[in-house]
Amino acid sequence: MNLNLTLRVWRQSGPNSPGRLESYEAKDISTHMSFLEMLDVVNERLISSGKEPIAFDHDCREGICGACSLVINGVPHGPLKGTTTCQLHMRHFSDGQTITIEPWRARPFPVIRDLVVDRGAFDRIIQAGGYISVSTGNAPEANSVPIAKEAVDRAMDAAACIGCGACVAACPNASAMLFTAAKITHLGLLPQGQPERERRARNMVHQMDLEGFGGCTNFGECQEACPKNISVETIARMNRDYRSAVLTDRGEQRAAGGF
Amino acid sequence: MGWIRSFYRSTVGKKIVMALTGIIGVGFVTGHMLGNLLVFSGPEAMNKYAEFLKSNAAFLWTLRLTLLAAVGLHVHAAWSLTMLARAARPAGYDRQVTQISTFSARSLRIGGVILLVFLIFHLLHLTVGNVHPAFSPTDAYGNVMIGLSVPAVAAFYVLAMAALALHLHHGVWSLFQTLGWNHPHINPLRRRLAVLLAIVIATGFATIPLAVAFGLVG
Amino acid sequence: MELNAKVPGGPLAEKWDNHKFALKLVNPANRRKYKIIVVGSGLAGASAAASLGEMGYNVLCFTYHDSPRRAHSIAAQGGINAAKNYQNDGDSIQRLFYDTIKGGDFRARESNVYRLAQVSVNIIDQCVAQGVPFARDYGGLLDNRSFGGAQVSRTFYARGQTGQQLLIGAYQALERQIGHGTVTMVPRTEMLDLVVADGRARGIVTRHLISGKIERWAADAVILATGGYGNAFYLSTNAKACNVTAVWRAYKRGAAFANPCFTQIHPTCIPVSGDYQSKLTLMSESLRNDGRVWVPKAAGDTRAPGDIPDADRDYFLERKYPSFGNLAPRDISSRAAKQVCDEGRGVGETGLGVYLDFADSIKRLGEQTIRDRYGNLFEMYERITGENPYRVPMRIFPAVHYTMGGLWVDYNLMSTIPGLHVLGEANFSDHGANRLGASALMQGLADGYFVIPYTIGDYLAGTKLEKIDADDPAFLAVAGEAEARTRRLLGVNGTRTVDSFHKELGRILWDHCGMARNAAGLRSALEKIPVLREQFWKDVRVLGSGEELNQELEKAGRVADFLEFAEVMCLDALQREESCGGHFREEYQTEEGEALRNDEQYSYVSAWEYRGEGAAPVMHKEPLGFENVKLATRSYK
Ligand SMILES: Cc1cc2nc3c(=O)[nH]c(=O)nc-3n(C[C@H](O)[C@H](O)[C@H](O)COP(=O)(O)OP(=O)(O)OC[C@H]3O[C@@H](n4cnc5c(N)ncnc54)[C@H](O)[C@@H]3O)c2cc1C
Ligand code: HEM
Ligand code: HEM
Ligand code: SF4
Ligand code: F3S
Ligand code: FES
Repeated sequence: MNLNLTLRVWRQSGPNSPGRLESYEAKDISTHMSFLEMLDVVNERLISSGKEPIAFDHDCREGICGACSLVINGVPHGPLKGTTTCQLHMRHFSDGQTITIEPWRARPFPVIRDLVVDRGAFDRIIQAGGYISVSTGNAPEANSVPIAKEAVDRAMDAAACIGCGACVAACPNASAMLFTAAKITHLGLLPQGQPERERRARNMVHQMDLEGFGGCTNFGECQEACPKNISVETIARMNRDYRSAVLTDRGEQRAAGGF
Repeated sequence: MGWIRSFYRSTVGKKIVMALTGIIGVGFVTGHMLGNLLVFSGPEAMNKYAEFLKSNAAFLWTLRLTLLAAVGLHVHAAWSLTMLARAARPAGYDRQVTQISTFSARSLRIGGVILLVFLIFHLLHLTVGNVHPAFSPTDAYGNVMIGLSVPAVAAFYVLAMAALALHLHHGVWSLFQTLGWNHPHINPLRRRLAVLLAIVIATGFATIPLAVAFGLVG
Repeated sequence: MELNAKVPGGPLAEKWDNHKFALKLVNPANRRKYKIIVVGSGLAGASAAASLGEMGYNVLCFTYHDSPRRAHSIAAQGGINAAKNYQNDGDSIQRLFYDTIKGGDFRARESNVYRLAQVSVNIIDQCVAQGVPFARDYGGLLDNRSFGGAQVSRTFYARGQTGQQLLIGAYQALERQIGHGTVTMVPRTEMLDLVVADGRARGIVTRHLISGKIERWAADAVILATGGYGNAFYLSTNAKACNVTAVWRAYKRGAAFANPCFTQIHPTCIPVSGDYQSKLTLMSESLRNDGRVWVPKAAGDTRAPGDIPDADRDYFLERKYPSFGNLAPRDISSRAAKQVCDEGRGVGETGLGVYLDFADSIKRLGEQTIRDRYGNLFEMYERITGENPYRVPMRIFPAVHYTMGGLWVDYNLMSTIPGLHVLGEANFSDHGANRLGASALMQGLADGYFVIPYTIGDYLAGTKLEKIDADDPAFLAVAGEAEARTRRLLGVNGTRTVDSFHKELGRILWDHCGMARNAAGLRSALEKIPVLREQFWKDVRVLGSGEELNQELEKAGRVADFLEFAEVMCLDALQREESCGGHFREEYQTEEGEALRNDEQYSYVSAWEYRGEGAAPVMHKEPLGFENVKLATRSYK
């Protein structure tokens, strides 16, 4: 059975132009389509009728690149838990439904056009310390440091983050804590990540703040929206690492000119 | 001392300050609530207790200053975080559906404002006495009885206690997370502790205005 | 055009070490003075840019994505090979080398493949040090799984997200260098053309995807790590934006294009569900470790899979290839699936599908074990199809997945244009006519971390580079062409959407240059493609302007290049009158329907040279010598 839907889509022609929600009919939509395929079909029809298609970010369409990013009926990535927009299929919608589609909303994620936002802030947070400083060729033999399976499994849970920004979009404070904490947790759980653990937490948190994201009130919305089910427990870990960074690393900070 | 500034300037640092000052607050309200329940033991018990508290000036002022600092920091951090959050989303959604956050979490800020207003009123009412109809610096028991016999005042006290309950319901659970005290073994206890404290403290306090209003004491 | 592979002398095992010693070095203090452009930030590009930045070069890295972390490498699921022999099952550099050469059906260059096997072990060390959370056993040591085409367990993996974790590792290394200022990242910027001056690659021309600005960038050397062109087929497992533009433009500026017809069709993808389908989703090959592939014995058997008794099932891979069974290499498994579907025994609504059944493994190992191994893949399958693979068998069908062909490079990974280096899937180097599972990640990282940092120094130190800046007439001319092309695309103002042309091209290629090819089909494709191309330039509709984010314009440029490229692909398939690896010519098969290779005449790399608009390209041959392996019929029986 095919669906007839009404879409209300945020249209904005450029970063500095005003935007508004516009309505479109999406007729005869197969339930096997993915949400983005539904938008493809709508776009094809828009082009045919001489109207500019709706711009949205996407690439892999299999839930891993983190490019897709829509707030669907008030929920980032739509109603299905643990699922990106590109993997959301139309069978989860019903005939006659009205679907509101908006971009991620946060000051550090300015709208570029329609549903496309700039998430460069995330890269800058990683630049501030989301890595292990090992240059190519410096690595010891891979099995020289055994790592408990449980630790690796938990590190992997956190490392699964795709950098989509749904956590920011969902958070009432537009906080980037879950994204930042996921990286701090991934690296902080591994022996290789220990030498820089505290410095990493401190620098990443400061960058996160500089970008203008909000703080955390422990609402938990981020975890619900996260397509990779990253747990807010990572945030607790980040808070801990940050706290000890500031309390124990003072000398180093002063040496570095303070923050 | 640059590190303190930098710590407090960060969102995580501010939040940690809120949690620590929150703990002071929770400690205080617990003790204060237990002490206040002495109204049910009559004027003597209550006034003796009040006198005892005031007998040691050093203790009293340490407590007062600590509380003042805690409230000051707590409110400042709350204000500042709220402003940061506002600034972080200048344009809101047409539709936003919250999926999991509790009512207590979402009402934290407005509840905080109610608590602040309450606190100011309360101090003027029962400590300083200038909004009290018949304040007596030596008769704490009488102050409470007379003060709360005004129905509107009693109602406001009860409302504030509702705000307190919500604040504690989220706050006590949340502070573990903020301070990084989360462990799979502790996590299930966090919510229970929060519910317990919220109910016990708020009802403990609320019984007093209710009892006075309905004439069950005095 | 001369194809000098510059393979160093000496015994195979010592070539790389000797070569590294012979390569000229750039003094660390001078590196900052050299500007290197890296186009692409996938595994190959990010690892190269990060490594070169660490060494002190002045690196500019381009991607059309908003962040390097989105490169298509992120989607690789199954794993990465390395000859660590941690499982003590007889693996060695020699064996990985041999498996790769044999897997590629003896159409790859021995020396490159051997080097790949050698550095594979360093890759794992590097990645672990970066914090890549590879799976481990309870003793805390690294775990391995086996992959198609190998009888040893040498694949390292991070759940079903190996590519993601490796890319994140390289991305973090890259971001670190960006933070240190050694690498300048230029995101949301698409390379539209290569600038060649005085016979050397000296820079690129790009379009900024948000402002639409056409920009010129000069450098001392250019590296392309722009991935594969599987999207020529429209439907493939590649990300939507994957394209041929960068390498195609380089080809038109003088780089030889090698083996363009070598395409890999992956056997385990989710079947097409309708004509709106925008891409195909891969189900990792690792599933074949525990899943059994079957179809009903009788054509037209429409019973539900659970109602078909064992006696009426044909486990065709196990039947035909008893020693490799469900783990037969990709080309072979794909073709076998196509065969049973051609016989009318395919399953699902379209009849284009075979079952991948886990019932036996669930019975043997328990559902929890299967969940631990493949949980996320099963979830993905269920999300897409709405069916629960723990209960009903998965349906799978082959899909275009990887392109072994690419720009021709020598042992130093330099193309036929001096100064233009090509890494990763964009080059043709190591996989011959068929790539083994889990070797693309290995190759991309080998190229980026461990080969190019050495070989590019040799080029820079050994070349006298004239000063050139981006206002040089060579740059202005190329930029002018790029602008004109953009204007032309916007100016057609026809009636058909870009996608409709792309779909039509995909259909032509899939039908005639897909899993099975024949001369008649290829000839008809070669007639249809120019017609379609002409229609495209007459009738495509691209709305909006060039001075803004215009996703249709981006697509249009890419499809225009596919429409040109497709012809060379078919020409290449037509000239290769043999079947090898992913290239199956129906005319050349054994009685049992297996590929029939012709080593006598076709043991070469075909390298196509552009001869100008409208002129037929010319094919050159790099003969492949095999001194260390015996050419054998590839048998997985
Ligand atoms: C679904 C799937 C699963 C796979 N699984 C495995 C596996 O398990 N094991 C394995 O070994 N291999 C696997 N592969 C293959 C492997 O992932 C790829 O071959 C490999 O990642 C390619 O890496 P790359 O760096 O060469 O290119 P890509 O990762 O594709 O990167 C290309 C980069 O170039 C940039 N780019 C391209 N053109 C331009 C341009 N014109 N201008 C600017 N930038 C440009 C892109 O933005 C991108 O950053 C899989 C492939 C797919 C499709
Ligand atoms: C006086 C007025 C008060 C105001 C304006 C106020 C405001 C707030 C706000 C806005 C928050 C959430 C901060 C955030 O995460 O963004 C908060 C948290 C909290 N408050 Fe208050 N509050 C007040 C009084 C109190 C009192 C009296 C107590 C103790 C009884 C208290 C205990 C807490 C606790 C424990 C938290 C949680 C801290 C955390 O999540 O780590 N607050 N308060
Ligand atoms: C119904 C509930 C309450 C009653 C009946 C009550 C009663 C009193 C009384 C009688 C005093 C004066 C003590 C004295 O001067 O000897 C007092 C002081 C005070 N109360 Fe309450 N109180 C209540 C709730 C609260 C709450 C919820 C808070 C905090 C959020 C609070 C905070 C204070 C503070 C800070 C003081 C001043 C202590 C000092 O003298 O330094 N009270 N209260
Ligand atoms: S934490 Fe989750 S929601 Fe946030 S960026 Fe990562 S994957 Fe997306
Ligand atoms: S929703 Fe926001 S408030 Fe914290 S727990 Fe998540 S970041
Ligand atoms: S398009 Fe890649 S995650 Fe959705």
